[in-house]
Amino acid sequence: MSPDLLNVLEVILNGLMAGIMYSLVALGFVLIYKASGIFNYAQGVMALFAALTLVGFQTGQVPFAHVINAAFGTKLDTWGPGLPTFLAIILTMGVMVLFAYLLERLVLRHMVNQAPIILFMTTIGLAYFMEGFGDLMWGADVKTMDVGLPSGGSTWLESVTAGWAAEGSNYRGMYIDVLDLWAAGVAIVLVISLTLFSQYTKTGRALRAVADDHQAALTVGISLRTIWIIVWSIAGFVALVAGIMWGAKSGVQFSLSLIALKALPVLILGGFTSIPGAIVGGLIIGVGEKLFEYFIGGMIGGATENWFAYVLALFFLMFRPQGLFGDRIIERV
Amino acid sequence: MKLKKIGLALLAAGVLVTAMPAAMAELTFPMLSYRTGPYGPNGTEFADGYADYLTLVNERDGGVGGVKIKAPECETAYNTEKGVECYESTKGQGSLIYQPLSTGITYQLIPKVTSDKIPMHSMGYGRTSAADGKVFEYIFNYPANYWDGASVIIKHLLDENKGDLKGKKIALIYHNSAYGKEPIRTLEELSKKHGYTLKTIPVEHPGQEQKSQWLEIRRDNPDYVVMWGWGVMNQVAIKEAGNINFPMDKFIGIWWAGSENDVRPAGEAANGYKAATFHGVGSDYPVFKDIQKYVKDAGKAAGDGKNIGTVLYNRGLYAAMLAVEAAATAQKMHNTKELTGAQMRDGMENLKVDKARLEALGLPNFAPEINVSCANHGGPGLAAIQQWDAKEGKWKLITDFIASDREVIDPLIAEDAAAFAKENNITPRECK
Repeated sequence: MSPDLLNVLEVILNGLMAGIMYSLVALGFVLIYKASGIFNYAQGVMALFAALTLVGFQTGQVPFAHVINAAFGTKLDTWGPGLPTFLAIILTMGVMVLFAYLLERLVLRHMVNQAPIILFMTTIGLAYFMEGFGDLMWGADVKTMDVGLPSGGSTWLESVTAGWAAEGSNYRGMYIDVLDLWAAGVAIVLVISLTLFSQYTKTGRALRAVADDHQAALTVGISLRTIWIIVWSIAGFVALVAGIMWGAKSGVQFSLSLIALKALPVLILGGFTSIPGAIVGGLIIGVGEKLFEYFIGGMIGGATENWFAYVLALFFLMFRPQGLFGDRIIERV
Repeated sequence: MKLKKIGLALLAAGVLVTAMPAAMAELTFPMLSYRTGPYGPNGTEFADGYADYLTLVNERDGGVGGVKIKAPECETAYNTEKGVECYESTKGQGSLIYQPLSTGITYQLIPKVTSDKIPMHSMGYGRTSAADGKVFEYIFNYPANYWDGASVIIKHLLDENKGDLKGKKIALIYHNSAYGKEPIRTLEELSKKHGYTLKTIPVEHPGQEQKSQWLEIRRDNPDYVVMWGWGVMNQVAIKEAGNINFPMDKFIGIWWAGSENDVRPAGEAANGYKAATFHGVGSDYPVFKDIQKYVKDAGKAAGDGKNIGTVLYNRGLYAAMLAVEAAATAQKMHNTKELTGAQMRDGMENLKVDKARLEALGLPNFAPEINVSCANHGGPGLAAIQQWDAKEGKWKLITDFIASDREVIDPLIAEDAAAFAKENNITPRECK
């Protein structure tokens, strides 16, 4: 094979992997939108908050240490060596469930029957609140995320593919980050689990009922408030997974909340109400933007990925406004 | 009798009120800082260093020439609009110097500070041609600018290659912004002189996803990669470089891509990564003992004290030190304790910080000597190279301070400053 063709294959492969990373963020948006019709602007910040909390537990950081120190002149920093990763993940999940519970008690229950734009604005406020709260709780410094996942180029793939190119071409073999492969595996498990949960459990069926029709679900005795807590908890779990994967790449810091920007075109393309849509949308965006950058980027100055993802999403929007897998929009007079 | 007492009390109060301004005289150094937002981790360290040094001067020395420094802090979140708002809301407080720590804010403030006659110091950032004091009367960017940084990096590479870069491939990976694009012209000019080929690779803000860029670098296999990044872009780039096994000692960042925050998330993989710097590293300087005693132990530190001695903390401290020295110079020049913006400008234009002075300040060999003048607002233009030791978890200086290539840089500064003067109908002033 020619090295050029192998390079294109490498770009496609890495695009698919990048797409999976985008999908991990998009999934959280889909879950909440599907169940409550809320576009959760705070999903990116939830990923940041979950990642901060996980690292805080892992490193034994005292929450609100610098606030307490400033108020009482103490010198708190860490309470010990920290918790093992598995326990830290479980505890972080507990914090995200507590967050979902408090959110429902303090915010969402007061917003029932409000217009979608009001709910959207509520989540904007929530995003800013959580960003500040996370800063107060865990500090603003850049933290290292280490949950034991391997990273770096796959030497196996590199050595296997190195011989595919013609001799004398100096082809070094294909590159793929092992962390991305893990992310793909995690995303597959996550989607299968979410699908099984919504299809075969009582709570899952209740979630689907609420997603289909709030009023009808209420009339058969499904508690909207409980469902909201469950949905936001699951979204918190998805945010934790996204936070771990993205945090392992860039460290845990406040720009982690900006990963939401990468999820928006995925949502537009895949549809706001479809879990498979989030995955397929992510893959199309990932491959599309990487191929465009590879073939066209160099001719027009590069750095095309951010805007091209939106152009691609808008293109699909022209033909399917609800996204590839979104519920068909039917307006009856 | 009662009336007399009331009259005396009123008189005393009047005297007190009249005497107040003199007693309350202060030198105002507003801090346009950012402790929040995506660049907050870096902004916090710089702001802590800046604030702590000013606190030290107030607590240990009683201020500058006996006048205390006031440093009202305004949060910009590294946002240009907020930065301009901060400037507008603080400039009326008798402000003497602005250090916005953002190239975007600096560009917006250039016409404003010039018309308000308040000096602005963009130390190692901002508009590079502001080094030309004949055109930019109130803007300073000493001790080194981006073009100095680019030139010093190339000089370091020349040293590594026995003075010959012919046929070498250098890739510049840069933040796709005014800041990131600053070195391109200089690196292009230097490539003509030294015969290397330059490839520029932009990264879109914020830089969390750089897969395409590093695949391109892996395919091209350049001899060196130079980075002009900021914030999360740096951490991701260093991590990706490690992933593709790019040799870290051939990866060099500008001074805004050379803090502890940039290398720590990559762990061991970051070992050997290099960056330019225009000041010393670590906390092994006598001034830090004073910071500990008068600031941290006294409970007056700006942060929790964790940042003391980090690269960006030291940079903030250095910026504050240069501002204090300029204020002291201005006080002597104009024989006054209280200063105006124009007088502060004079102090900055006559700033001299030599070896002996650095030693007296508790910062021996911390930075190169500085001589600012009316025509040269850019200072000496020297920078050193630091290297990250992942095992010890600290930066180490591996070169002396290296002079930039004035033969290439000075004409570029003159050309850009002349273009700015023409665009803005500025007649360059005479400098004796």
